[in-house]
Amino acid sequence: MLKVYPFFLEAAWLTIVLSVLTAVLGLICGTLAAFARLSRFAVLRFTAAAYVSLFRGTPALIQLFILYFGGPQIGIQLDAFEAGVIGLGINAGAYMAETIRGGIISIDKGQREAARTLGLSHWQAMHKIILPQAARLMVRPLGVNLNMLIKATALVAAISVVELTYTAQRYIGSTYKPFEMFLLAGVLYMIIIYVTGRGVAWLDRKVQIT
Amino acid sequence: MTDEKSFVEIRHAQKAFGSLEVLKDISLSVAQGQIVGIIGSSGSGKSTLLRAINDLDPLTGGEVWLDGVQVNQKLPHRQYEKHINQMRQQVGMVFQHFNLFPHMTARENVKMAPMMLKGLSQEEANALAEEQLDHVGLLERIDYYPSQLSGGQKQRVAIARALAMKPKLMLFDEATSALDPELVEEVNQVMRKLAEQHMTMIIVTHEMDFAASVCDRVLFMDQGVVVEEGPPAILFTNPTQPRTREFLRKHLEGAK
Ligand SMILES: Nc1ncnc2c1ncn2[C@@H]1O[C@H](COP(=O)(O)OP(=O)(O)O)[C@@H](O)[C@H]1O
Ligand SMILES: [Mg+2]
Repeated sequence: MLKVYPFFLEAAWLTIVLSVLTAVLGLICGTLAAFARLSRFAVLRFTAAAYVSLFRGTPALIQLFILYFGGPQIGIQLDAFEAGVIGLGINAGAYMAETIRGGIISIDKGQREAARTLGLSHWQAMHKIILPQAARLMVRPLGVNLNMLIKATALVAAISVVELTYTAQRYIGSTYKPFEMFLLAGVLYMIIIYVTGRGVAWLDRKVQIT
Repeated sequence: MTDEKSFVEIRHAQKAFGSLEVLKDISLSVAQGQIVGIIGSSGSGKSTLLRAINDLDPLTGGEVWLDGVQVNQKLPHRQYEKHINQMRQQVGMVFQHFNLFPHMTARENVKMAPMMLKGLSQEEANALAEEQLDHVGLLERIDYYPSQLSGGQKQRVAIARALAMKPKLMLFDEATSALDPELVEEVNQVMRKLAEQHMTMIIVTHEMDFAASVCDRVLFMDQGVVVEEGPPAILFTNPTQPRTREFLRKHLEGAK
């Protein structure tokens, strides 16, 4: 039993790396999609809305399978790790897009009006007035997105990325202890999520306006 | 007033929100240094008219001119944005609900736009913020956040913020309506001071006494038209239109 710990720790590290990369990619996709949904161009609005409903409307596992197993058929060659990050990142982006858009539109329209009245352009008002306020509101809901995406990294076990869930499954074969293996993986997930949650709560307190 | 050059000129302003006609062919001309009051019951289109002047609520028909330049020109999007940002820098606006930026201190609220748009240095902008906040009597609150200020103080910061852009024209949309009665006077005083400095102002208000004391001219609006206008001494004491009389009578009763 002791012998498996190093492997689990290594796998936990991969889960963390996966989570970080997924979160970064998700944040990029989510921000782009959120602004596209608020754009004055109908094409952008439509494309972003389609992206969001498509990726929120189908199982992430199917999205991963299409990308990893189906990708080569249409000329997309990715290794399992790459497919995992890209698939999960794009999926997380669809959820984050809604969070970010929600944060932006929840800012009182008087704020935008006051800024525009002073002579600020749309983007100046966005940058100086809307986003700093919206970002403060987004910390907690983005924290929820982060929590979800960390747990969703377990899905890439299905395309053989050697992260926590995959590692647990793998050592069942040699130890015959599924209870302990899955429990161990669960505990490690919990630690990662707990620490992340505390980080989010800390950030949320730190950014509040006096 | 016909001998004076018109500084703000609204020609046949029309505004519809869908099928709801809110402004029905309003024309108005304001000379430099003149102070015009707009009164009327809620929903009569006062805010919409005021907000049309800096194109916050674009008109569906008619023209707005400021100092010889048409505000609501038809231009390609990019050019229009450039043009309107230029125009808006010359027009200060004060809102009923202050709309201060809550994540910025009073100082930052005041200096943000001049720094961004006029390229002032930190020192220049700080000096400007101090000057403007001193002007409204809030120098000692300069590093407070809006949440730490009373309503009257917030509105005075909002006025200082608008004045920091050195506007040619100030628009007030019920600047004191959201304030507790005891806080109204401090804001009115700031506005009186501006009047003494001959700032051109258009003031939407529910305070007849204030309008009577500072305005050169008062317009009574009802259902999207200017029913009657004139010097306050005449409009308030001797209105010719039944609708004006009715409004003033109701208002007096309400004030009792
Ligand atoms: N953005 C809007 N969309 C639809 N109707 C509006 C909008 N803004 C104002 N209105 C309507 O226009 C009319 C005039 O509003 P407003 O100019 O705010 O009146 P006032 O300032 O005199 O109270 C009202 O009937 C109001 O409901
Ligand atoms: Mg109004």
